[in-house]
Formats: sequence, structure tokens, C-alpha cells
Amino acid sequence: MQKSIIVENLSKNYFNKEAVKEISFTIKENEILGLLGPNGCGKTTTIAMMLGLLEPTKGKVIIHGQDIEKNRISLLHKMNFISPYIELPKKLTVRENLIVYGKLYGVKLISERIKYLSEKLRLNEFINTKTGELSSGQKNRVSLAKALINEPSILFLDEPTASLDPETGDFVRSFIEKISKEKNMSILLASHNMNEVKRLCKNVLMMNNGVIIDQGTPDNLIKKHGKRNLEEVFLKLNRNNNES
Amino acid sequence: MSLNRIYGLFLRHFFLIKGSFPRILDLIYWPTIQIILWGFISKFFTIYSDYYNNTVGVILTCAILYDFLFRSSISFNMLFLEEIWSRNFTNLFIAPMRISEIITALVGTALIRTLIGLVPAILITSPLFGISILNLGIPLFFLFLSLYIFGITLGLFVSSGLLRYGPAFENIAWSSLFLLAPLGCIYYPIEILPDLFQDIAKGLPLVYIFEEARSILVNQVVNYSNLRDAFILNAIYLLIGISLFYYSFSQARKKGSLINIGE
Repeated sequence: MQKSIIVENLSKNYFNKEAVKEISFTIKENEILGLLGPNGCGKTTTIAMMLGLLEPTKGKVIIHGQDIEKNRISLLHKMNFISPYIELPKKLTVRENLIVYGKLYGVKLISERIKYLSEKLRLNEFINTKTGELSSGQKNRVSLAKALINEPSILFLDEPTASLDPETGDFVRSFIEKISKEKNMSILLASHNMNEVKRLCKNVLMMNNGVIIDQGTPDNLIKKHGKRNLEEVFLKLNRNNNES
Repeated sequence: MSLNRIYGLFLRHFFLIKGSFPRILDLIYWPTIQIILWGFISKFFTIYSDYYNNTVGVILTCAILYDFLFRSSISFNMLFLEEIWSRNFTNLFIAPMRISEIITALVGTALIRTLIGLVPAILITSPLFGISILNLGIPLFFLFLSLYIFGITLGLFVSSGLLRYGPAFENIAWSSLFLLAPLGCIYYPIEILPDLFQDIAKGLPLVYIFEEARSILVNQVVNYSNLRDAFILNAIYLLIGISLFYYSFSQARKKGSLINIGE
């Protein structure tokens, strides 16, 4: 399987603080890679550098064989991102938002794409409602539709099910699972939900203080550390790391 | 009534003001600018009480022209601020948009926003005051164009600040044009200003634009050299504004302000 993303010795310094320190990893085609770590460990900074929002202090992000720093615009056509910390304009209806982003990403058959996403993500009942009037679960599905509007081959998901009820969370997880297989996507999933990570991810990176402290498949990590689940592995690794 | 609770709420706002230099500046800024502007206007009318034989016409026409400048600049800034307020900023910058496309889209949208506000204002001056800005004739187009370019340029300066410093720069967005109002000589000739201010004002296209408007309204003389000077200055400032916007974007990518700009 080909590598879609290669991250090489990536570092970011803010003033004198090293937010990310020489991390390297790869994401293959059709792979969902989990990125785990406590708040402030450098996950968002890493994703921001991979999206070209942030210039690395050192190192490279190679996507489909091209350096993001040199080919930012052409690579952004193939990528998208969802995070609970960014929203779509609240005064625009769901359809209007999707039309806007369809245009920004140069989607040719916008109406057909919106129709497809509306059916798949169950947006039809509120497609003409203002985005600000939706519930968290509905907004989350709209954000996911926006993130898929350009049929990305690479998707960055930052806590995609945060603050969702169990049913909506399960719907979103099933949808991500299905679409990643159907569309051969490479996905980087940052999450604090260990069950979600175990269910969706083939491989997991554990981050703390800007470095990768361990990596492997969820089952191997659990076995290696002699724990019952990923959450216990997470706690053990972070406590060990903080003590040392 | 609990004095503790009252003091607590006072502290909430005191800490906010104490920790933000732009907020302190903002508190001082508005009264100072108002006094300077109205001081010069009063001085002008005291010294040259018979300067205009059509005072209302000149003042209203200049007010509409200034409002056009104000609206075009604020419209440009508003488009940027809307994205920050709606926490949509990051979504825009992960879309494959070039900076040149962002600037062009903002320039076009700002013009439409400005015209929506301006056209009704022009229409009501005629029945209410018997004055039509259209009396300025063909040069009116060049005056508007020149004001629009300067408004957009100011918008670029402010948006560059927003891009780099985030919402903390918001107050500057609102107040940038009021700083220029006294120096722009909107309602009075440049001679009213003290010598030092005159030297600064000569570096602004506004002086030439409003001088031209008054020349047409008061003396019925079109002086194209004023328009030329305004366009030359506009071109220089516009180039600086575009360069600054590109530079701010590059700095924002280095410092990380594109990620947390809505916070």
C-alpha cells in the first residue's frame, strides 16, 4: 500500500517553546491513523502543519509526493478538516454553506454533491435551516459534509465526535469507517475517545510534550504495556512521561 | 446588595481593560479624535464664515463622499471580522484559496456592500435638502473611484493587523478612519491645520480628493491635478497594503495565529 503522507522530523517552536519536536510518521492509503495525547501535547500544532496553516520550524510534510510548503494550494484541493473548534457561518443555511465551500474547493457538480452528502449524512430535513439553529449533532454532520464536499483523499479529524450523544457519535463513526474504505482515504484522527480510536484506527501514535512516546496497533499497544484497554495504556504512558 | 459581588463584577471589567493596551487606547482615542476634528471644523467656520455660499450643499456632499470612504473600508474589514466572529476563519484558510483570490473577492464584495448603503443616502438628499451629489458631474466618478481605492487600502492595512494579531486588532478596524478624518480635510481646506499636520496631511490622498470636491462645488472649477495626485498616492498605498497583507499572512503562518484566531 502506498504512503499518502510522510512526516519527516517535523518541529515547531513558538518563541522559545518547542511545541513539536522532530516527529516522524507515515499514513498509508486507506489507513486511519489515531493521534492520541493529553491537551497541549502538540496534536493540533501537528495537524496545522500538515494542513499548511502553520510553517514548520524544521522538517517536512510530504503529501502524495509533494511538499505541503511548496504546493500548499494544489494539495489543499485534496484535503479537508473537521474540528469542533471551528464552525461554519451560523447565519447561512446548510445548503448555502455547502454551496460556498463547494465553490471554494472548485467542485464541478455542486448540486449533485450536496444531494449525495445530504442523503448519506441525513441532512435533508434541515438542509434549508440556518446552521446556527441546528443541534450539536446536526452541526457535526454538516461539518462532516463540508469536510467531504471536495471528495478529499486525505482527511484530518480533530475530535469528530466530541460532545455528541452516543447514537450520533456511533452514526458518525460508522460513516467515517464506511467512507474511508469506499473512497480509499487516508485519515488522521485526533481523539480523546479511546473506544473510538480502537474501533477506527489501524495504528496509533501516542504523543506527549511534543514527541511521539509510543506507536503501534491498538491491540499491540495494549498487549505490550500489559493493560486491559487503550485508555489504561494512555494513562500509563502519560504518567510515566510526566514523571520522567 | 452585596458590595463583594458588585466589586467582583467591577474587577471582571477592570482586569480586562488593564490587560489590554488596545482597549485603553480605544478609551482615550475617541474623545481625542472628536475634539480635534470638531475643533478644526469650528476654527474653519469662525475664520471663514463667508467661505461657502452653499454651506449645506458642500457639507452634505463631503459627508456623503466621506461616508463612501468609510463604508468601503469598513465593508472590507467587516468581511474579515465576520469570519472571525463566526469561527469560520480556519475553514477559509484550509480551502485552496490564493491570497490574491481572497483580496479580489473582498474588494468586489465590499463594493456591493458599500453601494447598498450609499445609494439610498444619495437618493434622500435631493428631496430632503434639495441637493444632488450628481452636480459634481463626471469627476464624481473619479472621486468615488479614488475614495474606494483608498478605502480598500485602509481595509487591507486593518485586515493585515487582524490576520496577524486576531480580534485584539478589532478596535483599530473601527477607529482607523476616524484618525484620518481630521487630517483628511474633509470639511475644511488644508490651511486650517497647523503646519506639522499640513505636512502629514499632504501625504494622504483624501486631502486632494476633498479639495477637488470643494473646488467643483464652490468655484465650479475642475482641477485634474488634484485627482492625479490622489491616484498617485493611492497607487503607492495600495501596493504597500497588498504587500503588507501577504507579509501578515506569512507571519500568521509562522506564529500560528491562523489556528486560534477566533479564540
